[in-house]
Order: sequence, then C-alpha cells, then structure tokens
Amino acid sequence: MNYEAVIGLEVHIQIKTHSKVFTRVAAGYGQPANTLTDPVVLALPGTLPVMNKAALDAIIKAGLLLGCEIAPVCKWDRKNYFYPDSPKNYQISQYDQPICLGGSVEIELPGPARNVMGEHKRIPLTRIHLEEDVGKLNHFATESLVDYNRAGTPLMEIVSDPAMHSADEAFAYLTSLRATMIYGGISDCDMEKGQLRCDANISIRPVGETKLGTKVELKNLNSISFVRDGIAHEIKRQIAVLERGGTLVQETRDYDGQTGASQSLRSKEMAHDYRYFPDPDLMPVKVDEAWQERLRAECPELPFPKQRRFAESYQLPYTLTSVLVWDRTLADFFESTVKLVGPAKAQAVGNWITNDLLRELGAAHLEIAASKVSPAHIAALIGLFDAGSVLTNAAKEIFIEMFATGDLPGAIADRRGLRAAPTDAGELEQWCRDAIAANAKAVAEFKAGKDSAINAFKGPVMKAAKGKADPKRVDAALRQLLATM
Amino acid sequence: MADELFFKPIAELGALLETKAVSSVELTRAVIARTKAVDGRVRAFNSYDEADAIAQAAASDVRRAAGQARGPLEGIPIGLKDVISVAGQPLTASSKMLANFVSPYDATVTAKLKGAGAVIWGRLNCDEFAMGSSTENSAFGPTVNPWDLTRVPGGSSGGSSAALAAGEAIATLGSDTGGSIRQPAALCGVVGLKPTYGLVSRYGLIAFASSLDQIGPFARTVEDAAIMLEAIAGHDPLDSTSFKADVPDYRAEAKRHQGPWRLGIPKEYFGAGLDPEVNAAVERAIAFYRAQGCEIKEVSLPHTQYCLDTYYIIATAEASSNLARYDGIRYGHRSKEAKDAVDIYFKSRAEGFGPEVKRRIILGTYVLSSGYYDAFYLRAQKVRTLIRQDFLNAYREVDALLTPTSPVPAFKLGEKSDPLALYLCDIYTIGVNLAGLPALSVPCGFTAGGLPIGLQLIGQPFAEANLLAMARVYEQAHDWRLKHPVLP
Repeated sequence: MNYEAVIGLEVHIQIKTHSKVFTRVAAGYGQPANTLTDPVVLALPGTLPVMNKAALDAIIKAGLLLGCEIAPVCKWDRKNYFYPDSPKNYQISQYDQPICLGGSVEIELPGPARNVMGEHKRIPLTRIHLEEDVGKLNHFATESLVDYNRAGTPLMEIVSDPAMHSADEAFAYLTSLRATMIYGGISDCDMEKGQLRCDANISIRPVGETKLGTKVELKNLNSISFVRDGIAHEIKRQIAVLERGGTLVQETRDYDGQTGASQSLRSKEMAHDYRYFPDPDLMPVKVDEAWQERLRAECPELPFPKQRRFAESYQLPYTLTSVLVWDRTLADFFESTVKLVGPAKAQAVGNWITNDLLRELGAAHLEIAASKVSPAHIAALIGLFDAGSVLTNAAKEIFIEMFATGDLPGAIADRRGLRAAPTDAGELEQWCRDAIAANAKAVAEFKAGKDSAINAFKGPVMKAAKGKADPKRVDAALRQLLATM
Repeated sequence: MADELFFKPIAELGALLETKAVSSVELTRAVIARTKAVDGRVRAFNSYDEADAIAQAAASDVRRAAGQARGPLEGIPIGLKDVISVAGQPLTASSKMLANFVSPYDATVTAKLKGAGAVIWGRLNCDEFAMGSSTENSAFGPTVNPWDLTRVPGGSSGGSSAALAAGEAIATLGSDTGGSIRQPAALCGVVGLKPTYGLVSRYGLIAFASSLDQIGPFARTVEDAAIMLEAIAGHDPLDSTSFKADVPDYRAEAKRHQGPWRLGIPKEYFGAGLDPEVNAAVERAIAFYRAQGCEIKEVSLPHTQYCLDTYYIIATAEASSNLARYDGIRYGHRSKEAKDAVDIYFKSRAEGFGPEVKRRIILGTYVLSSGYYDAFYLRAQKVRTLIRQDFLNAYREVDALLTPTSPVPAFKLGEKSDPLALYLCDIYTIGVNLAGLPALSVPCGFTAGGLPIGLQLIGQPFAEANLLAMARVYEQAHDWRLKHPVLP
C-alpha cells in the first residue's frame, strides 16, 4: 500500500529582547549558572510578573511577517504543571486567545538541480502565541542541578497546520521560518543555543484517505537536519509498523540525532491536565490598529519576495538570487552596491559578492557586517575594470588585498602596480606591428583562414606591454592591422 | 506617660516626636518593652528583630535632628503581617513551608513605609498563607484576642489586629482576600481598611488569591488609617494590576468631607446568623448617621447568597496555582525523606502545608480541572460580575453601604472547628473582595461581655477618602477608640 505522511510542526523560538518577558533582569546565553535571575525569575514568595512590551512587539511583528491575524487583546493564561525547571510550577502562556492566528510560511522545495528553482508552496499556520521559557536541568550521577538563566526568556510557539507531507517540506518550512525570524530581527534562531526548538507531529495514512492517522509527537529535534532525518525515520517506522500488521499508538517519542533512532517517552494516557486559567496577575493588553501599523512599518521585505524582485528588477539568475536573498545584510549590501554602479551592472555586483566576497568571508570566518569591503569598494573596483584600468586577474588580486586591508581598489592598484598598460593606442599599435613583422608564418596562416594563428602575436605584444595590456584591445588592434595587410 | 506611648495614635505621637518630647528610639523601646511584656500571652508576633528596629529608630532620630523628617510616619514603629516581604527578614506566611525563609527584597509597601521614615517592626502571625478567619491555622500556634485571651483575634490578619490592640505596634499592615483585615479589626476593636483592588501594590505580598488580595492598614483611629493608606497607596510598575491614579491627601480629605451622605443598608446583610448584640450596635450606628442628616435607604444586593460559593471557587483556584511554587526545590521546606524530584514535591508539600491550605489547594485544583473548569471556575467568574454589578447598582442610589463587619464578635479558640462554620464568618466581607471595592471596619461598641464590635462601611471604587470621612464622623462622636484591653 502507498502511504502519505501528514506532518505538523510546533516550533519554539526565543525572542531577542534585552530583558526577560516578565521582569527586568537581562536575558542571555552562556552566562554563569543562575546569574540571569532575580526574585521574579526564581518565583520567590510575593513576586509578580510585569509584561515586557518589546516581547509583545516582536511577536506581533512575527505575526505580521507571516500574514497572521493579530488578536485585538493580548491575554495571558497560566499553564499549571510541576517540573523543577519551571520556577513557579506554572508557565505564563496563552491558551484560548493566542496573539496571532492563521498566516502561512512560504517554502521552496528542492528543485531538479541545485541551480534550478524548486516548487513553491505555502504552509498554513494555526497560531502563534507568547510564553516564557523554562530553566535548564543538568543531571549528574546522584543529583540534578537547575540553571534558571533561561527561565523567563520570551518564547513564541509557532504551530503549523498538519499540512506538510514529507521530511523535505518540513525542512524547507523550518529554513524559511528561521530566515523570516532572523530577517525581522525577532530572533537569531541559533539552534545550538536553543533559540529555535522543534517538535513534530507525524502520522501516516493510505494515499487517498482523508481521515488523519494516529499521531506521534517527535521531540528533541535539535538541528534542522535532525528534523529532516527524524521525520523521515519516523515515517518509515510508522509504515513498517503498519506493514507488519501492527497498530500505532498515540505517543511522544524522543529522537536521538546521533543514532538516528527514537524511543517512546510517554503515551497519551499520561497526558497532562494543565488546568489553564487566565493569569490574574497580568491585565489583558489592547493591541490597536495604530500599534499594528507602527510595527508593520518596521517589517522588512522577506527573502522570497526579495528573490522575485531581484530576478525581475536586476535580471539576475536563480544561482545569484538564491544566494543573495537569504542573508538580509548580504542582500542589503548587494542593493547598496547596485545603487552606486547602476542596475545594468547588477550581475557583476552579484558575481563579486557571491564569488569573491563570500569566499573571503568564509575563509576568514567573518560575518558580512565585519567586512572591510564596503559597497563603495566593490563599486570602485567595477569602475576600474569597466574603464579598462585593471584587468580580470589584477582585479581579483586587488579584491583580496582590499578585503584584507580595507583600502580602496585604486590605491591598491597604484601601490601594487596592477593598473593596465598605458592606453596609448600608438604604442600598442607599434607593439602589434613589431609582433606581426616578426612572424610571417603566422600571418600567412591567419590569412589562409586559421583564426587561432592570431594568438601567436599576442605573446610578444603582452611581453612588450609587460603584461598590462588589455587582451581585448590587443586582439582588436591585431585584427585591424592584419586586415589591412 | 512614657509607658502609655504604645497606645497613642500616630497623629499624637507625631507631635511628640516633632517637639522632641519623645525620640523614635524611646518610642520604639516602649513598643518593644510592651511586646516583651504581653506577647507571651497574645502571641501576635512570629518574630521580631529588636536591634534592627532600634537601628531604624536611631536613623529616624538622626533624620529628624537634621531637619529631614519624612512625614507623619517618621519614627513610628509599624508591624507587618508575615506575608509582606521585608528585605533581610523572615517571611513565613505562618507556614512550616517557609519557616526558615528569609526574603532578599522589600515589598513595595515596605519600601514605601521605609521611604516615609517608619520603623519596620516585627513579623505578625496570621492564618497559614492567609487562609482562615481566626489565626488558628498558623503553623506556629494561634494568636489570641487581647480583649479575652480565650478568644480568637479574627483572621487571617489576627496578629496584626491583636498586636495593635495590645499596644505592641503603633499601626500594622495586613492583607485582605475575603475579609482578613476588616474581620480581625472588628474582633479586636481597631480600624481596618481594605483598599480598592489595585490601589495598593501587591508586589512583595505572598499571593493567596491574586484577583482578591489587597494590602491595607490597621490603625487606632480613622486618621491614622488615612495616614497609613496615603503612605502605601499608588501605582507600582512592578504590579500590573496596580491602578494608575493620583493618591489624594486622605488625611485632609477625611477631615474636609462632613456629609451628609446617602447610606444604603443592604437587607441581605441583616439576616439569620447575625448576633443580636452586633445587630443592635450596628443599628445604633445607623441611627447616629440618620441623626447626622444622612439619608438612610434599604438596598438589595440580590446575589449575596452566592458570594461564599463564588469566593471559594475563585480564591482556591488561584491559590492552587499560586502555592505551586512552594515545592522544596529552590527554597522553603524540603523533606528529608525525599528520594527524587517528584518525591520532593509530594513529601515536602505534605509536610510543609497545614490541613486548611491543603484543603484549598485540592479544591482549587479540582475546580480548574479539565471538564470542570466551565462548570465551576468560569461560572464563578460570571457570578462575580453579577455580584459587582449588585454593588454598582446600589451606588446609583447611595454613596456607601453600612453593614456589620462580622456576624459575631470574637469566638472561642477551637469553637469553630468545622471549616464551613468558619467560612461563614466572612459572609459580610467577601462580596467586597469579589467586587474589588474599598471597605473599612470601625469600632462601634462592645458586647455586654466586653468584646469589640465592628461597623463596616463599603464604598465606591477608589472612594477611600469618602469612606474615611464617614468613619471619622462616627468615630469622633464616640469614644470607643479610647478603650484599651487590660491584659491580665
């Protein structure tokens, strides 16, 4: 039998704010244990939460970026459960009135080849809500220690509809969602730091069936590739169970990315009753049109629309747009450079950035923000090249030095003697005449129709020019002289 | 004279301090000496820090000498219910769970009192986690009523009312979730004020039921209550439920308003269960106001009969969640028998909480459970809206309501061992919390047996100044405040 997988993702993303979501203490990562705490984070007797407006701004912005409907009121609920990483033994969350409803994430599936655009589709979202992160348990041989630094970090939960059907779709969804959040400045989405965490709900059904199969929740998908591998593994496991004539049980399974295996954590019978109720310590907050408008104005263009615009306005190929748009700083760098040299040169700009700049950044392990090469540098280099002042190889050399020093290309060309030969046409003509005169055999061959014979003159010309003659001009000058013979 | 300093109201002591007839250190020493003399019998304090109090008083005297006195509370020793946080001092909620807990931070009210120059004095006993009406639920033993040591002082803020009545503090703070300031004030013959929900910050108050809790003062006189309220009221950025409004000069306002007022008598508050002596005293108070030219009007609060049920659903639901943090993991009692994390929860909570607290956590957990939420919690919230509407409807016709504070005067220790009988003590006070209104209890006489009786005035939202003025008119025409218990 042929089976279809049905996948929904629950993604938790930490919001990048200075302070925690319900108190003033700093949020952060990598600090000594329990230093990012205060009486509120530790849930000392008598403490109260106060909402961090920046966190609410960020989630509304996330909702606007994803086309969600924003609730007119931000309401808070308590999710009650006991666990040592949860200082209050309830989590402040949003239950029946999430701040964002609906919306979707645009994804691109793998194309037939790397340089060919794949199919695009939209994965609909159920909801996004805001809650507080919990602390971290560290287990040792005989005891466990809790670090509450993470506790109270603003966290959004983004729930997709069960609308994906393959591990590739889930992978594309996460990639796009992550880029969107980074673009919006909402989160850095560093999975190693736990800033983005993903659980997957997976079921399978015979192709053509509309009823959903038994759902399995897969937890601890700690990297985007684990998400793809874990889901692929789970789909295979479920199919194998059914093929064997077994039945699937609704359960939560833990995926181990190292071994590629999963094991059952708990079944449905052990599901919690969270006893949600409105948090009496927090007043509902009205989110009016003006508030939304202010945030809408701050929303950036997202990667896919940007990619379409780059292709259209600059006539860029997919191989360039697919590299340029995923990093907002890189895309901005590209457009700043294009502004300086004009859209006709966009492809050259794109080539310099995607080939040379990214190569050098990669080798130096630098982010683009730390690059000494600015749009003005690249614009100046293109200007020199177009004027024939530097030739391809020289330009490549100049770029490397420009990247290392931050000096402007003109200065480097002068300093390193990389400028193209004098543009004196008379001198060039003389070198050409000398070369032709010295090789009668090649002249004869050329005249007889062997075009490549012209190359025999070029070596001596370049030698005379000490390598700084523009090959195109040399070629043109030689042909002109040969034609008159 | 010095030995009677501890019975003087703030206003009078302020004058003595101002003229340097008495220093804050002398006053504080007098209060400490009185406490040491009587608290073995009254048992109002869970703990006190004598050296710290003297140091605060000395600092106050230095300020005053330097011309930097901070107002009417400068140098005045004030006791705090042991659910209000004071940095560096124990904070126990009268529970074994927090018996060894020392709080590292000041509640907003504590910071405000310190800012006003007051001397923070002692941690006052109460029912465990403020759950009760007699202070018998304290894990550290009951406080008794200074007017009759065989009787309860009321609760849950019984330590706050008893300490004040016995001269062990000049004023005190309590918290009121269902009557926990007004009822003990009535039973101990002092003034107790429960402010409008949101007027006083709850930051640093151990939460029992967050949507009902308010901190408020106990004082010897209405004027003292006004002074205290002014010191602690006002918006607090650390409490989202705190109201953004200007704090009036309550003391001046209370003197400025002279009435006459339109006063409502809710008929549902004078039914079965009301002690005849209490009824008679309240009737005499009503007659007084009528004689003052006030319009007295019978009104109806038709949903009164649902107050107790509504309260015990909402309050316990919130409490079950609020008290979840006491788990033995980060602080507080941790069972020595526990084997693992889950075991720490079960054993620490089993050992750390008393029976009434457990009863309420269980009830609250139940009403929030899946399948019961709509039938209990959600419905209770709807009824709560109707109860508030009852009051607001009445306020279209009257400025305030007059009722007994407690249906009975102080009862014997152990007399109300049935929890339900004890819950009925709050029948006249609970509606006010559900509606978020301000109310105060002012002494209105004594029973033949010499037990104090309290009159409750219930006001419109944020109309504390009016309530204080009404109470003051009554108080000034009577001399109940001049009587003090004689401790054997």
